[in-house]
Amino acid sequence: MAPQTLFDRIWTSHVVVEPTDEPALLYVDLHLIHEVTSPQAFEGLRMAGRRVRRPDLSVATMDHNVPTEDGPITDPLARRQLDALRHNCEEFGVPLYATGSGREGIVHVIGPELGISQPGMTIVCGDSHTSTHGAFGALAFGIGTSEVEHVLATQTLPQRKPKTMRVNFHGELPPGVAAKDMILAAIGQAGISGGVGYVVEYDGPAIRSLSMESRMTVCNMSIEWGARAGMIAPDDTTYGYIEGRPGAPVGAGWERALDEWRSLVGDSNATFDRELSVDVSRLEPQVTWGTNPEMVVAVHGEVPDPSDYDDPAEREAVERALTYMGLAPRTKIEDIAIDRVFIGSCTNARIEDLRTAAAVVSGKHVHPSVRALVVPGSAGVKRQAEEEGLDRIFTAAGFEWRRAGCSMCLGMNPDILQPGERCASTSNRNFEGRQGAGGRTHLVSPALAAAAALAGHFVDPHAVGNAA
Amino acid sequence: MKPFRRVTARAAVLNRADVDTDQIIPKQFLKRIERTGYGEFLFFDWMKQPDFELRRPEYADAGILLAGRNFGSGSSREHAAWALQDYGFEVVIAPSFGDIFRTNALKIGLVPIVLPAEAVELLMQTVAGGASLTVDLETQQVTGPGDLVVPFEFEPFARESLLQGLDDIALTLKREETITSFERSHAAPVDTTLLPA
Repeated sequence: MAPQTLFDRIWTSHVVVEPTDEPALLYVDLHLIHEVTSPQAFEGLRMAGRRVRRPDLSVATMDHNVPTEDGPITDPLARRQLDALRHNCEEFGVPLYATGSGREGIVHVIGPELGISQPGMTIVCGDSHTSTHGAFGALAFGIGTSEVEHVLATQTLPQRKPKTMRVNFHGELPPGVAAKDMILAAIGQAGISGGVGYVVEYDGPAIRSLSMESRMTVCNMSIEWGARAGMIAPDDTTYGYIEGRPGAPVGAGWERALDEWRSLVGDSNATFDRELSVDVSRLEPQVTWGTNPEMVVAVHGEVPDPSDYDDPAEREAVERALTYMGLAPRTKIEDIAIDRVFIGSCTNARIEDLRTAAAVVSGKHVHPSVRALVVPGSAGVKRQAEEEGLDRIFTAAGFEWRRAGCSMCLGMNPDILQPGERCASTSNRNFEGRQGAGGRTHLVSPALAAAAALAGHFVDPHAVGNAA
Repeated sequence: MKPFRRVTARAAVLNRADVDTDQIIPKQFLKRIERTGYGEFLFFDWMKQPDFELRRPEYADAGILLAGRNFGSGSSREHAAWALQDYGFEVVIAPSFGDIFRTNALKIGLVPIVLPAEAVELLMQTVAGGASLTVDLETQQVTGPGDLVVPFEFEPFARESLLQGLDDIALTLKREETITSFERSHAAPVDTTLLPA
């Protein structure tokens, strides 16, 4: 047999049938569901008299529009959508982690936390950041609502086989530089459409040395350069993370699973349609300056000048971005003052992210002109952080400590930027209006967001002391 | 899905790269549980700007959108495709599309056509004043003023689905026995009903 990549192995073992002149029918091992992209899909089933084929391979949670402050939901539309999810899960027998269950959270945080994101699986969700689960060596990708309905009804998806790309992160990551900086730098290098049509496998020594949670940060942002999915071959770090979690196999089943997972790793002579190399040995903390994640520069750098661009379309795009962001050409990143800080999202709201940020702010105080928010990725992360006393470190430093949810990453709940407000955010998208109409988002790592909260402007986390 | 064969309509030009789905339909409109009624919120924030391209009177009844590369990047929200269709667009032509957006569009019968950047540019120049184009999926051609003829490629299965307005869930369900037999030999790695409540 021809040498195979990790992706090839997963793809091949999940093709139900590949009819001539039609896309392959791919089996789905796990379907994650949330309130925003599912109501029309359930309604479609109802109208056609269809059932959910495999409720036992589906799990739902409430994350996108839940408020993160205590008290009832005041937004009637959000409440209606959450009620619809509860009703749909009851009617169709889908397990649901509702708000207040103690296990709710951002869908891409709770899957790994429950131990149900495992190597070799196919995982889909009506959310573009589903690629997060690829960190476990799974093929995980985001789908639209029509596809959600297709998976609910059939547990399969018609799929054209994507191309494959390997991104090799080589060199040793300097201290204080994070997984977020690695992926932002890669996107800056490849461009935001550089990954379109590809499933990306991230590899190299710098990936191998990352914790599971950092690997999730890398895979999470695969969609930000257009990739269909991002994945990392499993190793002992992966197995160690999964072992003992509620959904993990036990006893003889665990040993069997380990054997299977170890056999997934791609052949050393397998080839990819494209290879990309990213040197991290001199990488600095990254800050986006524009309105998509490709518009990124090191914290010691400066905002570009549109006149540096020869291509008129590119020049115009940079001009438009700078106008929206309210930035003059060649402004030093460290001279940009901020109004808000958001530490949260499926990219960077896991326990390690919160530990990193807490270490930076411990014993210090948020700059008087900054309002800062920490939103744990799940109820479980919140509980753990509180057991470790991180909540008290944050609140003593002047941060608001909130309940779990997607929150200000996309501002579907009350946590939004006001027009013109500038935010250092650990989330994944700096699109116009993403965090609130007229809001200005700069994507950064948790350490940099924490440091910026203290300084009132962007700053190398090293400069404020405390940072690892 | 309604079958699609051809459309003759005015074409609107939105010559910007990387138009993301957050711009096409901002988050505050994703709370609705219906599939319809998103057209009035299309490009909600940009529509407030007086010089936004789609506000030009000559584009008022446009049915074809000519867009820049990587149109529909970002979020998986199918609401973006619903909003474009509900607004009146039947076809979007661009040098490339965000992956999930393209699939979403195909699923609802909003026809995404990929053409080389130079061909899109030529179409944009041709219709700048608000001219009409004809997009014919059967012959796989865009035709316009004068003797303008631009052929395009389209994945054959997706084309057939659009031409016939097929329900792809019904198609898959015809293979239910094959799926069941696959499930017999493919052990499920997890069982979500056994997770702690």
